[in-house]
Amino acid sequence: MYAYDEIDRTLVNERVSEFRDQVKRRLSGELTEDEFKILRLQNGVYLQLHAYMFRVAIPYGTLATNQMRALAHVARKYDRGYGHFTTRQNIQFNWIKLAELPDALEDLAKVGIHAMQTSGNNMRNVTSDQWAGVAPGEIEDPRIWSELIRQHTTLHPEFSFLPRKFKIAITASDHDRAAIKIHDIGLRLIKNEKGETGFEVLVGGGLGRTPFIAKTIKHFVHGRDILSYIEAILRVYNQYGRRDNIYKARIKILVHELGIEKFSREVEDEWQHIRNSSLQIDDEVIEDIRSRFTYPAYEKLPHMPDELRQAAADPDFEAWRKNSVAPHKVQGYSIVTISLKPTGGPPGDATAEQMDALADLADKYSFGEIRVGHEQNLALPHVAKRDLPALWKALDKLGLATPNVNLITDIIACPGLDYCSLANARSIPIAQELTRRFANHELANLIGRLHINISGCINACGHHHVGHIGILGVEKNGEEVYQITIGGRADENAALGTLIGPGVKFDEVADVVEDIVEAYLALRERPEELFMDTVKRLGVEPFKERVYATR
Amino acid sequence: MPLVNGGNIVDDSFVKLAVDTPVPAGGDILVPAERFLGEADGLLKRAGKVGVIWPNNRDIAELVPYLGKIAAIALVFPTFRDGRAYSQARLLRERYNYRGELRATGQVLRDQFVFMLRAGFDAFEVKKQADAEAFMQTAKRYSVFYQPTGDGRITALHRRMQLRHSEGVGT
Repeated sequence: MYAYDEIDRTLVNERVSEFRDQVKRRLSGELTEDEFKILRLQNGVYLQLHAYMFRVAIPYGTLATNQMRALAHVARKYDRGYGHFTTRQNIQFNWIKLAELPDALEDLAKVGIHAMQTSGNNMRNVTSDQWAGVAPGEIEDPRIWSELIRQHTTLHPEFSFLPRKFKIAITASDHDRAAIKIHDIGLRLIKNEKGETGFEVLVGGGLGRTPFIAKTIKHFVHGRDILSYIEAILRVYNQYGRRDNIYKARIKILVHELGIEKFSREVEDEWQHIRNSSLQIDDEVIEDIRSRFTYPAYEKLPHMPDELRQAAADPDFEAWRKNSVAPHKVQGYSIVTISLKPTGGPPGDATAEQMDALADLADKYSFGEIRVGHEQNLALPHVAKRDLPALWKALDKLGLATPNVNLITDIIACPGLDYCSLANARSIPIAQELTRRFANHELANLIGRLHINISGCINACGHHHVGHIGILGVEKNGEEVYQITIGGRADENAALGTLIGPGVKFDEVADVVEDIVEAYLALRERPEELFMDTVKRLGVEPFKERVYATR
Repeated sequence: MPLVNGGNIVDDSFVKLAVDTPVPAGGDILVPAERFLGEADGLLKRAGKVGVIWPNNRDIAELVPYLGKIAAIALVFPTFRDGRAYSQARLLRERYNYRGELRATGQVLRDQFVFMLRAGFDAFEVKKQADAEAFMQTAKRYSVFYQPTGDGRITALHRRMQLRHSEGVGT
């Protein structure tokens, strides 16, 4: 956990007081809605279909239990008793009143949480691997660098009015859980031959109307230069990114139009001017940030405790353990993913009661730490294996032990037409129906790893392009129509899915997914061949045939 | 539109010239970029200060040969969501060492003052009178800054280093 110091606390409080003044000026009419819009967006406030939506930052997905309780408090006091965890490790509240927002922000500031730059055309919340610091084989904890970048990008005097939003993600593992290739800047932490820390820098990834997988702009940028290198990218983007068309304003379009070679030359030129400046980071600065991250005092525990051996006789426990529990870098401990995808529920939602109860469980079983992943699930990062059976029972009582992590019902979905003013189609009801269709755990388990991602419009908040099965809702002649893609993925082998054919109606989506799954089960060479691999081996044709043969 | 300079509302000594208005014999003038580049020699010879209005989509490096001779540069915020002039301002101050007046024009509200000050602006054509009057208190709104810029304000990272070292002295 990173602990704010007085300096961080002061800044957040100053921001809250500024926003209080802005809200006051809006309510008195001193600011027009047009002027206020940009200011509220800089503080995570959107105007949605029914009310203001408030998005709170959870930097690199790490939460302390007192912070989780503060989120529960906001859900209870200012909203309707629940919150929605997002694909960028943030949380959204959907029913906030404008006049109460400064108070909500002030309550959150007390525990070191803010909503700065969770929307608007600025540098958004820095995201990272939700298993950072605990994943076996990780090079080093990427959150140290995430925090450095969080600070550097917060209220940046040059880059707070960019052509469009700008997202940075960091991973330090071979297996990319942070989806860095679909970010404006993706950073892969690596070591050079001298053993020094640095980054492979990728640029220009993003989904939306024109999806691109990020390209490598530089194979190694030394850690001490990472801020100046990011600054160089942003300076080129701020000056040359398109501002004439919102759909062409992301950095991916600039990179695409210039070509990665020309773009990287521009960045290199700029970087040479600023790399030997006060942006250079010395080891002491990194050590200072590292010193404010606390790590648990792990016990020396057996690899296979008796409690776990005994619980293995319970098939329900085993079903949960097999997909929710992952290896930890310390023997005797596990990382536990908590599914926020119950059968029939909206993906990513948690009630205030669940948040509070989870905070209690994290205090008891996970050294007071909780993580949020981009798949819209939570995780307890340091659970002693002997505690797994007790934890499972407690989670089950809370409705948080759905054994579907990484299975077909572990669906990513945007809020869609039920909440969002940009949406063309509903997302959540599609997800809910799919969780009911595949509620049978044996069937889901037989299918194996399969990610379905759903977006309710072309802006792609539900990451449909990179779902193994992607579902995009559009509007056609006043009707919701859904386009289905297969073969996308968001990990280190990131790829965009391929459209299988004409769009289908709302009522047909679940049937089509069932057809695709049945085709896969019939086509796979052996049970271990995952859906992704079958699609890769055979292409979309056999799936297309199956889906459209009878339609 | 009130002008804030040095933190106070002041009279603007500059007259803005259009592309085709005749150049007055004396007095301070602000000239559009294109016209300035075309008539620089003549303009710089006359009595009175000369400043340039520079659009936010033109390379600021073109101004470099004149930086020692001009008294003011007015950068433009056509809307306040268009932040290109922040980069131009920092380049002028931090790369090209421009020391004359650097003026923010266009959609300038109190909510940008801190960013603008940090980027190197020292004069502001403020859209609303109330914002101009609130300049001093708004400029002091923040005491913590995470990024180093040419304004020399100490960053959070460096303040922490100082704290560490001063704590270290006693131990």
